[in-house]
Amino acid sequence: MNYSDVPTYFFLFVGLYFQIFLLVTFFEKEEEKYPELPKGLAYPRVAITVPCFNEEKTLTKTVLSLRALDYPKEKLEILIIDDGSTDNTYAVAQELVRTYPEVKFIHQKNGGKHTAVNLGITSTTADFVACLDADSEVAPNALKIMLPLFADPKVAAVTPAIRVQNPENLIQTVQRTEYNIGIFTKRIFGRLNAIHVTPGPFSVFRREIFSTIGLFKKAHNTEDMEIALRIQSYGYTIENCHKAYVYTVTPPTIKRLHTQRVRWIAGFMKNAIDYRHLFFNKKIGHMATFTLPFATLSILGSLYFIISFLIRFGERIYNSIEKMSVVGFDFNILPRHIFDWFFLDTATSSFIGMLIITITIAIICIGKYFAEGTMKPSRDMLYFLVVYGVIAPFWFSKALYNTALSRKTPWR
Amino acid sequence: MTSYRKYIFVFLITFAIFATAFSVSTHLSNKKAASIKNTEDKISTDILSLETQFELLQEASCKNLKGSTLSEELDFLGEKLDYAESQKEMSSESVMVLKKYYSILQIKDYLLMKKVDQKCDTNPIVILYFYSNRADTCNDCTKQGYVLTELRKNNPGLRIYSFDYDLELSAIKTLISIYGVPHEFPALVANEKAYTGFKSIEDIEKILPELTRTKSTATASSTPLKK
Repeated sequence: MNYSDVPTYFFLFVGLYFQIFLLVTFFEKEEEKYPELPKGLAYPRVAITVPCFNEEKTLTKTVLSLRALDYPKEKLEILIIDDGSTDNTYAVAQELVRTYPEVKFIHQKNGGKHTAVNLGITSTTADFVACLDADSEVAPNALKIMLPLFADPKVAAVTPAIRVQNPENLIQTVQRTEYNIGIFTKRIFGRLNAIHVTPGPFSVFRREIFSTIGLFKKAHNTEDMEIALRIQSYGYTIENCHKAYVYTVTPPTIKRLHTQRVRWIAGFMKNAIDYRHLFFNKKIGHMATFTLPFATLSILGSLYFIISFLIRFGERIYNSIEKMSVVGFDFNILPRHIFDWFFLDTATSSFIGMLIITITIAIICIGKYFAEGTMKPSRDMLYFLVVYGVIAPFWFSKALYNTALSRKTPWR
Repeated sequence: MTSYRKYIFVFLITFAIFATAFSVSTHLSNKKAASIKNTEDKISTDILSLETQFELLQEASCKNLKGSTLSEELDFLGEKLDYAESQKEMSSESVMVLKKYYSILQIKDYLLMKKVDQKCDTNPIVILYFYSNRADTCNDCTKQGYVLTELRKNNPGLRIYSFDYDLELSAIKTLISIYGVPHEFPALVANEKAYTGFKSIEDIEKILPELTRTKSTATASSTPLKK
């Protein structure tokens, strides 16, 4: 092994360690969580804010799914917070308010999602507040099975299991696989109290914590990450309810996916810098000793492998061009000794790399089981590995670039 | 499991997996080195057999002398060595030892071919190719390798023997001194004369006009070209 191989082996070790940690936690005996709220007991009041900016097409479906929650309507408030929309959102919202008494509407000048959510929080006296993005829908039983997790007074927030709503093309299909992985990892992180983001779609909060920790901040357009880090820094717990399904719409094009992911990754890095005092802080627990360090290393590792791959790919292209310039085009593109085992790459890094990919596929299958009830491998998994392998490098690089140069990452 | 114990437990599992992968990789690298060594031993035996055959049949007709079939084996061996050197799976020391043995086999094949030519007037077309793997000493060696590979593909009658100029092997140094090969790369020896600098297909066809006449001939040898 040369010195130049050290970073490769380091990041492979880190990647494999992360996966083994997840699997060990997965196979540990899980603590029994509280069942759904027993019949006859008082249901706490819940306010659900729906911040929207130009969501005329999806707002109605979102509100209808909230109305379909299996929860007493008199204990439910649905607050549509219009963040200065310029389309027909206002008219759609007004119609919903007229039709359903539990739906309320508040308008504000455009100030960003976090201001809309904060307005919802300060406009209610409910015991719990949730936020549902205006392009998402929630399963009817979600609220009922999330609330019992607040039995422990230290629990400040509960996150759901997010699934992709009706993927319509390849880009959304591969995101469905990614979100299925997320259901698995969130479940594990939840067990460890290592959750570092309370996603916009239907994370439920104990309202009183906001008077202790403060309201949402702009936080580099990733307020859902910042509030989670803040909650953890105050010693609260964030739980995950892996059976509380929320269905979200994902970016339908590579460009919009790229914008979203650059925002997420750059947001994580900037928030990680703001909360750098949490890293390896034993008082915080696994979020500080596991999630934050490994998330940071995964970004650096991804960048390292991207750069290595691009260099090797560039060398191959250069060699091919050089060869063509002296001997012309070679139609035989297959390696000469394709079936000879001697020419197989048997380096340690290749075996570890293959193992990491195999475990990733296993995690995808487990996530699919949690989301869809089946573990059967499908072509979507292959598409996910291939498509993300090609496009993820770009958003990693852009996010790091934006963070390094303190550039703002747009929301859309 | 308590927190710190879990971290240590996972570390041990990950370390064990790495150690296993490393062991498997080392085992396979050793098998590859053994495979090369076995091939070299076989070629060495074949060369010895041909030399012996040549001695036995000194007075015999050239029809009785079997043509060397070593070239394809040497070709394949060279490709394996090239791959092993590029992949860095085997230690550089073991690759060097195998490479030296391979170079000696090439020289023996070259000498045997010359003896057969003297006796039987076979007129083989031969190129000796000298390259360097040291950085910045041979920027055109990769290109030269492509040219020679293409020439060999189109000229089955062409024999190409490639040598690493910097290999610490007295036989190669003797070859260099015999043909006066300077320390400039890439270097070719054709018709007993040394040429330096990149040579395109056309340049080499001018040096060896018989190449264009033997394009259609089958059989005869080739050895793999390195950068």
